[in-house]
Amino acid sequence: MTGENLPDRAVQAGQAVQAGQERLAEQVARTGMFGTGTTGDTSGYGGLRVRRAPVPSSPRPYGSYFDEVADRLAEGLERAGTTIAEAVERVIVDRGELTMHVRREHLVTVAKVLRDSPTLAFELCLGVSGVHYPWETGGELHAVYPLLSITHNRRIRLEVAAPDADPRVPTLVGVYPTCDWHERETWDFFGLIFDGHPALTRIEMPDDWKGHPQRKDYPLGGIPVEYRGAHVPPPEERRSYT
Amino acid sequence: MSAETEGRVYNVGGQDWDEVVAAADEAGDRPGEERLVVNMGPQHPSTHGVLRLILTLDGETVTELRPVIGYLHTGIEKNMEFRTWTQGVTFCTRMDYLSPLFNETAYCLAVERLLGIEAEIPRRATVLRVLMMELNRISSHMMAIGTFGMELGATTVFLYGLREREKVLDLFELISGLRMNHAYIRPGGVSQDLPPGALERLREFLGVMPAQIGELRALLDANPVYLRRTRNVAYLDLAGCMSLGITGPVLRSTGLPWDLRKSQPYCGYETYEFSVPTQDTCDAFGRYLVRMDEMEESLKIIEQCVDRLAAKRPPHDPVMIDDAKIGWPAQLAVGADGLGNSPAHIAKIMGQSMEALIHHFKLVTEGFRVPAGQTYAAVESPRGELGCHAVSDGGTRPHRVHFRDPSFTNLQSVSAMTEGGMIADVIVAVASIDPVMGGVDR
Repeated sequence: MTGENLPDRAVQAGQAVQAGQERLAEQVARTGMFGTGTTGDTSGYGGLRVRRAPVPSSPRPYGSYFDEVADRLAEGLERAGTTIAEAVERVIVDRGELTMHVRREHLVTVAKVLRDSPTLAFELCLGVSGVHYPWETGGELHAVYPLLSITHNRRIRLEVAAPDADPRVPTLVGVYPTCDWHERETWDFFGLIFDGHPALTRIEMPDDWKGHPQRKDYPLGGIPVEYRGAHVPPPEERRSYT
Repeated sequence: MSAETEGRVYNVGGQDWDEVVAAADEAGDRPGEERLVVNMGPQHPSTHGVLRLILTLDGETVTELRPVIGYLHTGIEKNMEFRTWTQGVTFCTRMDYLSPLFNETAYCLAVERLLGIEAEIPRRATVLRVLMMELNRISSHMMAIGTFGMELGATTVFLYGLREREKVLDLFELISGLRMNHAYIRPGGVSQDLPPGALERLREFLGVMPAQIGELRALLDANPVYLRRTRNVAYLDLAGCMSLGITGPVLRSTGLPWDLRKSQPYCGYETYEFSVPTQDTCDAFGRYLVRMDEMEESLKIIEQCVDRLAAKRPPHDPVMIDDAKIGWPAQLAVGADGLGNSPAHIAKIMGQSMEALIHHFKLVTEGFRVPAGQTYAAVESPRGELGCHAVSDGGTRPHRVHFRDPSFTNLQSVSAMTEGGMIADVIVAVASIDPVMGGVDR
């Protein structure tokens, strides 16, 4: 073995230090082990910090029918005058499901291609589900659209993110009319405004309700319950083990 | 409200109808048109719970229909974010209260996929899930057809439907301990095995049920009044179903045999023999026929489940996953004060196994952690595709659980089915969709 073939230990060590620093800069998902923030925890686990790892795009090949969907979508988007790199931020294949994170300005184009292209044929949209990720600065509010192709018996999922400061996403009612009530529900619960929706009003909460209850900064509420002399606090104030 | 945007506004204070009519005539608003806006519901016996329909009528013709929902919103999805993953079952079972076992299954399949334990669910638990779901399909369709009959004035149908549903509820009580809101299906399996005597009761049920379904068929299948009220009423074709996202019996009444149990099987449905009934009439009568046929198919599946459950059991045949860090300690037994942990289980954790005690304590107080990520699991409920979108942030509680309830989506189509039709057909249209407001509003 020659000396040239050996790894450069100094470079390796430098990379390791940098990787460690990058890791330390990541956001903390939770601290401690047993959720005991109030009592003296002498186990040593109280100082534990679990960090939130970044979610990278899945590498090709995605497996299953996902590669074909991505290829056909790329072709369709080119016909529509854009590219998949521009429209789709990242693709995540997780637990056998494909999620395409679409830039919000391209959502309608992507949905149209997915619906109309005969090789894709996602005829059915199964609604909208909002998710609030308070730690994702610049993209706190997500809207998730599960799509189903009856022709090819396939499922994929579209996801768009909008910042809290500008919670706007284009509506999909023009492509999938079924999104009408689902988008109203997502507006009602998350405050996500669907631009172009024919009547974006509250659907589950009363018309004059203040706030958007499914957001993480909205409290659950509740009152303490007395049962045989013992008081049970509302769920929000009970000890949590997150 | 300004006159420019809303037209002229008349304040009606009672006893002044003549003045209002005279004023309207004078103003010449929409001459020749007699428009009447009527609120149907939210408390109305034929709206399947608290559904409000705002009808704009021209004579007896519906020119516009706007459904208003939200009267039964209970914040189940929000509440689930403050409970452990296992406790979530007790919440979601209460959503669509006529098909609780489907809610539980959809949720548990999503949690199990997030945990990556789909392949480790015990065989017997899966068979029990299928058995309970198919029993539930029968009880739900019985309720749908029974209330359908009552809303058209056929009270006998209602009594027959509820009588048969009661038989299913008795079986539920025997197997899960509860008639409704069972929380029987849990992440990792089911809460308990079949009690002694359950198989005999199931066989007895299988013996009487075909004749009971036949009784309902004899009342309705060729009933001229029923046919006149339901044929070519509440028409919605395949294109309408696709664009409005309609699934379930309404979709199958357009001739498309789309059933998730066949097309994307879960819980081992690919190993059962059954067919997907369809009709091609796109109307309320077609949906009724689809539901009747589906009950008969469900009986076939239940029979196969009973055969599998009655077969000779291997020595180790649990109904809950073997992983002690996930499987809720579910060795339950009926005690003096109701159902609770079995004395054998308590003796084991208190006297014999330190690890079992730790697992019991950790699972009951803290719950288990679910790896971060999201998933969407769907099952074919009696009303269509019931999907559960579950998001975990790696903690012991769900970050977000959303249910794509078929009633919610299907109810959107009621305007398309009724506008331009008669007001009496509104009742038929709503009943043929079979919405359950608990599921719509969640």
